[in-house]
Amino acid sequence: MDAAAQKESSRTMSVFDLSITPLRELNSALHNISAGTNDMNFEVINPRGSHSVAVGIDAPVTVNVHGSVGYYCAGMNDGGTVTVHGSAGPGVAENMMSGIVVIEGDASQYAGATGRGGLLVIKGNAASRCGISMKGIDIVVHGNIGHMSAFMGQSGSLVVLGNAGDALGDSLYEAKLFVRGTVKSLGADCIEKEMRPEHIEHLAKLLEKAGITDVKPEEFKRYGSARKLYTFNIDNADAY
Amino acid sequence: MCGIVGLFLKDRSLEPQLGTLLSDMLITMTDRGPDSAGIAIYGTAADGRAKVTIQSASPDTDFAGLADALKAKGLDTSVVVKSTHAVLDIPADKTGDIRELLASVRPNVRVMGSGDSVEIYKETGLPKDVVSVFDVRSMSGTHGIGHTRMATESAVTTLGAHPFSTGDDQCLVHNGSLSNHNNIRRELIREGMTFETQNDSEVAAAYLTSQMAKGKDLGEALTGALDDLDGFFTFVVGTKSGFGVVRDPIACKPAVMAETDQYVAFGSEYRALVNLPGIETARVWEPEPATVYFWDHEKAA
Repeated sequence: MDAAAQKESSRTMSVFDLSITPLRELNSALHNISAGTNDMNFEVINPRGSHSVAVGIDAPVTVNVHGSVGYYCAGMNDGGTVTVHGSAGPGVAENMMSGIVVIEGDASQYAGATGRGGLLVIKGNAASRCGISMKGIDIVVHGNIGHMSAFMGQSGSLVVLGNAGDALGDSLYEAKLFVRGTVKSLGADCIEKEMRPEHIEHLAKLLEKAGITDVKPEEFKRYGSARKLYTFNIDNADAY
Repeated sequence: MCGIVGLFLKDRSLEPQLGTLLSDMLITMTDRGPDSAGIAIYGTAADGRAKVTIQSASPDTDFAGLADALKAKGLDTSVVVKSTHAVLDIPADKTGDIRELLASVRPNVRVMGSGDSVEIYKETGLPKDVVSVFDVRSMSGTHGIGHTRMATESAVTTLGAHPFSTGDDQCLVHNGSLSNHNNIRRELIREGMTFETQNDSEVAAAYLTSQMAKGKDLGEALTGALDDLDGFFTFVVGTKSGFGVVRDPIACKPAVMAETDQYVAFGSEYRALVNLPGIETARVWEPEPATVYFWDHEKAA
């Protein structure tokens, strides 16, 4: 056993069974990480659709949730690595600051909403409003996304390996959108843009960060803001 | 907010458990709405007979001697009392006359619903209390729907609780709020329909009843609802043999479905489904916006 593996195995691991332990105990433990502790690994079993699992993490902990979760899982995450081995309800990783959240199954509506940083990976499909009002988060969805995704997205990137629903990127600011499949319709002021070398490079890094090796950045189309709706212009009244 | 649930059984061996499964699903959704709760269960139909679920604020006086009073009017009936509700067993061809007949002998009694197989129980209060007072757990059936209410559009009363039934064996639960229900209500009143409340969801139920009366099946009626009803809605609807789900195009009211060889289940949240048998391996999905889903025992057979 090398030193790194030895160090890993010497770490203690906390297991929280949400069928017998109140959610608040899990979240309190996650909020009370003392400096220098080795106790940074958390296993959560029997979440059974609970809301607010692992919200408000502000330390580089690792949380594995075994089962599906309800609303707002990993919300406000700042530095944690949270993996849900199941599906997630509405608002997963809402307002994430930094860290990584991985959903092995599907995510419900407004995944990654208002996120300011970090990486959200959804291995199944995401429903409507994925990345709504995103402000710096990177979101990678292996499947499809629903309607009104990236609505008013300000910054960060949304990468979709499948298809996008209606009104993608409506009223978009400077979030970058990459879709490999079809887009049912683009929202107001969202247009397809040229994939220049810097975008290929940017997307390649995101795919690598998300652990995706079998898809090439050249397979995607890029969408962004036409920058016509940033401020009210009477000539655009029809578009509002 | 509101919480809604539905369970449509494909495997007949689960039928004795329908009341218990649906009760647990609804109780799990209690924190989505504590104002009132209700459940509709489709049981076994008896040839040539129909059931009428009635409700009274003074059950002791209204239900005492009710069977005899109705028999004296020439109606072949029996009455089973469950707390504030009672179920009348009557000849199937008498469901059209029952409201008038009841009004003549017990003017304060309200009809919750009628049909060959449906029984509807709803009251103000929490799901656990409503389920318990009507002994829903002991009920068997082929499918059922349930609702726990956070009131927005009309008063917290028994009649304002869901499910709403506006036609024989038809009922609906709704999470959301409609914005054009007053117009639709006026149109339906012009067609001859009657309304018990000012509630928007009752209008949705009546709309579907009206569409099906014009020959549409449940799926077609729900497709029509997408065109004609404005507002937020996730509907779960039951008919004698059918079970349908539809969400408005915005689809902000939550919905999760699960299907196995044994059942199709609906919950406002996944939490409502976690105790169903075989849920670990069920196909679980979020119903798409503006997409009609429906299942029918008769069409499957």
